[in-house]
Amino acid sequence: MALLTLLAIVTLAIIRQRSLFGVVILAGIYSFLMASVMIVLDAVDVAMTEASVGAGVSTVILLATLHLIKSTEMRSVRPHLLPMFVTIVTGAVLVWGTLGLPPFGTADAPIHKHVAPRYLADSIKETGVPNVVTSVLADYRGYDTLGETTVIFTAGIGVMLLLRGSRRRGRADEEKAKS
Amino acid sequence: MTFDLILRVGTKLILPFILLFALYVQFHGDYGPGGGFQAGVITSGMVILLAITCGLDLAHRIAPQAMVEKMIPLGVLLYAGTGVAGLLLGKNYLDYSVLSHDPVHGHELGIFLVEAGVLITVTGTMTALFYAFVERGR
Repeated sequence: MALLTLLAIVTLAIIRQRSLFGVVILAGIYSFLMASVMIVLDAVDVAMTEASVGAGVSTVILLATLHLIKSTEMRSVRPHLLPMFVTIVTGAVLVWGTLGLPPFGTADAPIHKHVAPRYLADSIKETGVPNVVTSVLADYRGYDTLGETTVIFTAGIGVMLLLRGSRRRGRADEEKAKS
Repeated sequence: MTFDLILRVGTKLILPFILLFALYVQFHGDYGPGGGFQAGVITSGMVILLAITCGLDLAHRIAPQAMVEKMIPLGVLLYAGTGVAGLLLGKNYLDYSVLSHDPVHGHELGIFLVEAGVLITVTGTMTALFYAFVERGR
């Protein structure tokens, strides 16, 4: 509960903040709080990912972006009514959706009934890997992880293609300076 | 551009331990939390920390841009190649049980290769993204 309160406070601070540098730092704090929430929920793998990607790498990349653009948020000239309406409706629908979920931690929730018992019973015998998360991710769900790796590959190539033009020019300048 | 002496020395002191932790997360992923993705991000985080505190040239020396860019497709190829190896040895795509004489060993080997592929791609992508943004700002 304390963590969720802190999350709400940080979110409000992000909304009020007009300096984008502050927003980036607050977003890093938000990611760390989210990682703590994941640890409380016993999802340590997700917590590690959130802390290293959300708070580490993406903060650095956002700061590098801020170096390229102006670092103060412009005041919006349009009224906020329509975006506000869309946000509130989406949020309400999401909260309404959670009402249909079984309570957290119930053993007879559908997700614990489907394939999970077989993974827990047989994964060490079949794969020799004690960590079920790893054996599910890399073995039983190998196709999904291959897809995720391909997504990362595509994203990396895409960003590099977008930013390449100026980099080539930079290299040419360096070579000119050398000769 | 000069860099702070304390930051520089401190970074160089903890750099090997960050890399060691990344390798621990990678190879201990079979027993504890972690795996290729987390280890890859920690490894690229090491390179980024070095670039921030000691300058981009030093980071380029330990992780040259050409190498980082080649790592992005290399990891995906390693992952997909592990699948194709299963196919060539007479089973389904991404079926690891034929990779070794014993099916359980085959699964362990397959998971190891696949996680290595994820590590290579993630390290390459994250570092290349950082390099791309920094080059743009120069």
